[in-house]
Amino acid sequence: MALDQRRTVATDARLAASLPAGPAWLTTARQAAADRVAAMGLPVRRDEYWRYTDPTTLVARDAVPADLLAVGDDPEFSGIDAVCLVFVDGVFDATQSDDPKLAGATVTRLADAQDAAWADGLLGQLEARGQTPVARPLAALTTAMAADGVLIHVTGQAGRAIHLRYDRRDAAADVALHHVVKLEAGTTLTLLESGAGAARFASNMEVDVADGATFHHVRAQGRDHGRRMNTHTFTRIGADATFKSFTLSVNGALTRNDCIMEIMGDHATAHVAGASVGDGDAFHHDDTIFITHDAVGCESRQVFKKVLRNGAVGVFQGKILVKHGAQKTDGYQISQSLLLDGDSQFLAKPELEIYADDVACSHGSTSGAIDEDALFYLRSRGVPHRTATTLLTLSFLAEALQEIADEALADDLRDRLAGWLDRHAH
Amino acid sequence: MLEIKGLTVDLQDEDKSILKGVDLTVPAGEVHAIMGPNGSGKSTLSYVLSGKDGYAVTGGTATLNGIDLLEMEPEERAAAGLFLAFQYPVEIPGVGNMTFLRTAVNAQRKARGEDELSAGDFLKSVRAKAKDLQIDADMLKRPVNVGFSGGEKKRNEILQMAMLEPKMCILDETDSGLDVDAMKLVADGVNALRSEGRSFLVITHYQRLLDHIKPDVVHIMAHGRIIKSGGPELALEVENNGYADLLAEEA
Repeated sequence: MALDQRRTVATDARLAASLPAGPAWLTTARQAAADRVAAMGLPVRRDEYWRYTDPTTLVARDAVPADLLAVGDDPEFSGIDAVCLVFVDGVFDATQSDDPKLAGATVTRLADAQDAAWADGLLGQLEARGQTPVARPLAALTTAMAADGVLIHVTGQAGRAIHLRYDRRDAAADVALHHVVKLEAGTTLTLLESGAGAARFASNMEVDVADGATFHHVRAQGRDHGRRMNTHTFTRIGADATFKSFTLSVNGALTRNDCIMEIMGDHATAHVAGASVGDGDAFHHDDTIFITHDAVGCESRQVFKKVLRNGAVGVFQGKILVKHGAQKTDGYQISQSLLLDGDSQFLAKPELEIYADDVACSHGSTSGAIDEDALFYLRSRGVPHRTATTLLTLSFLAEALQEIADEALADDLRDRLAGWLDRHAH
Repeated sequence: MLEIKGLTVDLQDEDKSILKGVDLTVPAGEVHAIMGPNGSGKSTLSYVLSGKDGYAVTGGTATLNGIDLLEMEPEERAAAGLFLAFQYPVEIPGVGNMTFLRTAVNAQRKARGEDELSAGDFLKSVRAKAKDLQIDADMLKRPVNVGFSGGEKKRNEILQMAMLEPKMCILDETDSGLDVDAMKLVADGVNALRSEGRSFLVITHYQRLLDHIKPDVVHIMAHGRIIKSGGPELALEVENNGYADLLAEEA
């Protein structure tokens, strides 16, 4: 079958599913997204944007089942004070969730979206904007097909963090969620996400950060080995506003996290960071970042660290686009991998495209092994090889974890990384 | 305490012999110094004893209180009581100095079958010892050796030595890069640790350090061998005349 024909068949198969029921404005948004998918076609391996990550299992009509991981009774962020909203196999579970009322924000289920008319004109719009200059058909598919999610309208200083927890019960569940977060000028919100979500989990998050608002996002993607995930974060950032996002990924057969940020107002800040760790050739993790600077005096940072062993594969595609007139831009990008053996691979594609003449942009990418001198130093003090390797691996990841402003959240994730490294030490 | 007999060592992956038959005995409670020109094999000896990769022992033995050092992993040698103060202490970003110290102390205790030190006891001990070495709370909190001055790094080595309480301490050019005041501080730290049950092997280029850490025996090393041993006066002789005379004697 020719390439275009294969793409059409796959796209038609996914679009054959009926759109979720909902109010008229939402149906319009979903139908528009479905039309975008039909026009673009779903990705195939030959596409430049999918060169290092095979999209076949994300695109296929049926999800590959993934064994449920027996997790302990200490899920991520359990010690953090937050309004916890639980989705089980992609469906909101009110009995396990906290009362979604909190000061400074209103939270509505996407499935009850009649009550959230503010989201009309926003839902699907940031995703649609993010289709240029690079097509992201899987994101449009998620907008079209997601039956549930949360709509968060932040109108003040959110009194507590909101924690979205994605649990699994069905080993074969195929889930799409769509979230919209709108921060009005000068407001703040911390949003946490955790869990594997489903055998195949797709999620969109559109975040509109108005002038002077601050959005903190920290997530821990679940440890189920067979899970497949593709997430898209689309954000539009106003003047003097701050957007910060950190992702910890542990295990997973396939993770593709796209983060598309557009800085629209002067003196804004956009930071995106991640730490991922994988053991074995069934691990594939891809961070794909696109940041557009379209305002003066803004700062962006991308800090990504990956620890790979036993044939694990890590991918980083990061682009900084500085538009004409976006003077005094400060853009920084670093992607690094620690390869714990000769079998693992890290593929990095940093890109800069700059149309302003008074900017400071830097990017770097490295792959390396454990520093033998440091290892010997620790061992010469009596620290066993295994413990020393764990310490040095945490030390490698520390720069990424430092991107988390909240110490309690950083400590929570650091402990989980230490636990993983301990379980996977050789 | 430390007994080295006929030790011969090659650089691994290179056909280059570094140590060509080292014989050296350091009895318990004594301080021995090794002096020698650049390239004589002093630092190699310290690395081989502590178990660094990259060297191939081709002959001879090295024992600590009768236990074969050369068969052990570096961490086992440390737990057995060997300590090397590095000439160039390694910077480890992202690992806090305190975490590092506590991990090391407790790993050694565990390896010896002793109970781990409680957080409180550890803290009390490290604070007292740090104070003697003029190491402030900030240095303890910072990542291991990162952003430390040359003097701070060497003081940090001595702090580790004080916390780990080894039996056999090797100081590899601990005086390099130190000003007079810093050297005195380091020497005071070492002298405070001198005891009947603890021995020192002080590797240095200069006699100056030995004014502060008084050795019982001075060895001169050249071309991968100990070529002469004597009392502290041997160090003064080197200071005044250089190594030329001694090397000529050997030839």
